[in-house]
Amino acid sequence: MALSIEDIKKVAHLARIEINENDANATLSKLSGILALIEQMQAVDTSGIEPMSHAQDLSQRLRDDVVTKTNLRDEFQKNAPILGNGSQEPAVAGGLYLVPKVIE
Amino acid sequence: MAKNDLSNGSLKSYADLLQSKQISSVELTQEFLARIHRYNPSINAFIALDEAKTLAQAKAADVRIASGKAAPLTGIPIAQKDIFCAKGWPTTCGSKMLANFVAPYDAHVISQFDAAGAVNLGKTNMDEFAMGSSNETSYFGGVKNPWSFDRVPGGSSGGSAAAVAARLCAAATGTDTGGSIRQPASLCGFTGLKPTYGVVSRFGMIAFASSLDQAGPMAKSAEDCALMMNVMAGFDERDSTSLDRAKEDYCRDLNKPLAGLKIGLPKEFFAEGLSADVGKVIGNSIAEYKKLGAEIIDISLPNTGLSIPVYYVLAPAEASSNLSRYDGVRYGHRADSYTDLMDMYCKSRAQGFGAEVKRRILIGTYVLSAGYYDAYYLKAQQIRRLIAQDFVEAFKQCDVIMGPAAPSTAFKAGEKVDDPVAMYLQDIYTISTNLAGLPGMSVPAGFANSNDGKALPVGLQIIGNYFDEARMLNVAHQYQQVTDWHNQAPSLPEGNA
Repeated sequence: MALSIEDIKKVAHLARIEINENDANATLSKLSGILALIEQMQAVDTSGIEPMSHAQDLSQRLRDDVVTKTNLRDEFQKNAPILGNGSQEPAVAGGLYLVPKVIE
Repeated sequence: MAKNDLSNGSLKSYADLLQSKQISSVELTQEFLARIHRYNPSINAFIALDEAKTLAQAKAADVRIASGKAAPLTGIPIAQKDIFCAKGWPTTCGSKMLANFVAPYDAHVISQFDAAGAVNLGKTNMDEFAMGSSNETSYFGGVKNPWSFDRVPGGSSGGSAAAVAARLCAAATGTDTGGSIRQPASLCGFTGLKPTYGVVSRFGMIAFASSLDQAGPMAKSAEDCALMMNVMAGFDERDSTSLDRAKEDYCRDLNKPLAGLKIGLPKEFFAEGLSADVGKVIGNSIAEYKKLGAEIIDISLPNTGLSIPVYYVLAPAEASSNLSRYDGVRYGHRADSYTDLMDMYCKSRAQGFGAEVKRRILIGTYVLSAGYYDAYYLKAQQIRRLIAQDFVEAFKQCDVIMGPAAPSTAFKAGEKVDDPVAMYLQDIYTISTNLAGLPGMSVPAGFANSNDGKALPVGLQIIGNYFDEARMLNVAHQYQQVTDWHNQAPSLPEGNA
C-alpha cells in the first residue's frame, strides 16, 4: 500500500512528533522503503496460526497486595525538565510537575 | 602474565592476580582508566566516566579481597552499556532526550555487579535507544572500530564492543533486541552472548522492544562470558517476564569434550547475501569443530528471510508504545518554547529524538493504527510463531545451530546511514533468535581481508535451544582451546600517551 504525505502527517500527529513539510517528504521516501520490506509478509498464508505475542509462554505473576516501594518522589523530581518559555527553573512545584494550563 | 599484557588478560587471570595480592583492584582499574584516557578520545567508546565513583568501588573491592570475601569478579572493572540505569550516573541511552538524565536507582544488572564487587568503569556509547547496527545513530557521535578506524563497530552495543576489542575494559555489558550484542561482537572480534529471553532481568534497562530485549555479556572469551552470566542471570520479581528458575553455574560444562556434538547448519544462513570471505572463515571454523569430533547436519530454517519484515513490524510497534513515556513532562528533554501542552509534547519529541528513532516510532504507530492492526501487527505475530517453530523442528535434529553472525565484516562509517533497509539487513542472521526467544552467541572465528587490505574480524554464531547457555559456552570454550582468534587484539594508533 502506497503511503501519502497525509499519512505521514497523520501518523506523526498520533505519535506527537512535530514534522515540517521538508521532513515529511524525506520521511515518506524512507518509510515507503521500510513498508515495502514489511509487505513481504503478505505472501505468507497464516490462516489458523496462533499469534505469538511473546518469547516465553507465560502468565502474569501475581503478588500480595502490600507496599513494596518507598516514595522516591524527591529523588525522581531531580530529573525534572527545565520549565521553558524563558524560565530556566525545573518544571516542578510543591511535589508536582508543571505543564501548560489544559483546563480553562 | 607480564604487566604490559595486563589489558589482554582473562577475567580468571585478573581474579587470580587480585586474590593473590599481586595487584590491587585500584591498580587494575587505573590501568584501564589510563588506556581509556589514551585511546577513548579517538574511539569514543565511553560517554560517561566518573573516576571518583569508579576508584571508590575499586578501593572497596580491595577491602573485600583483604577480608577474604572476594567473589570471582570482585575488583574487576566492567564497562556498562548506557542503557542500564546506574544510581548517580548519567544514563542517556545514546539520546538527546535523556542527555541530562541521572539515574535515581540501579538496574538489576548493575546491582548484581555491585553485589559481586565488580567495579563500574563507565558508561558506553550506543545507538540511540538501541536502534541501529552501526552506532551511528548515537546523539554522542559514532564509535570507531578498533580494527580499522574508518569502519563502524556495529551496533547497537557499539561502545561496549569497541571497549572490549580495544581492551579498554576487562569486559562489558550489552543488550540485544535484534542482534545488538552478536553483530558488534562479530564486527569487533570478541565473544558475546544473548541469553534466552527472561534469563537476565530487564529492570532498570531502558526499554526498546520489551518482548525481544535481553541483556548479556560482551567479553574476550566464552569462559569470561560464563563468569559474567553467573553474575547477570537470575530471577528478579521487578521484571514481570523474569523467569523464576534455579540459579545455574554457567561454567559447569566448559571443559566437556565435544565428541558426538550435533551441529546444524541452516542452508538459509549460507545463501545469497553472505559475503564470500565471511563464508570462507565460517567454513574453516566448522572444519575445526569436525576435528573436535562434532557431527555436521544440514538443516533448514525456511522462514528465516521473513524475520526482518516481522521484526520491523513488532519492534517498532513495541517501541512506539515504550517511547510514548518521553513527553517532556517528568524527565527528559522539554522544548525551550511552546504554546500549549500539545505543542510541548510535539516539539519536545521532535527535538529530543533522532531521525532513526522517529522513523521507528512512526512505523510502529502506523502498523498499530486503526485499520492496519490485523494486516501488520497480527500477521507479524503469526509469522513470528512460524519462525519459532522452525527452530523447534531444527533442534529435533541437532544440539546447536551454527552460521555467520553478520553477513559481512565491518563496513565503512557513513556507508549505510542513509539507507535504513540496507542497515536492517545487517541483522538477517541474528533477529530470528530474538523473535523465538532463543540464546545466541558470536565467537571470534578468524579474519577476512577488506579490499583495502585490512584484516577484519569475523564472528561465528552459535544458536542454542532454550536455556542451553551452559552448553553453548562449552561449545565456544572448546573451540577457544584449539584456536587463538579470541586472544587477538588490534594494534591501536598511538593516542594521548
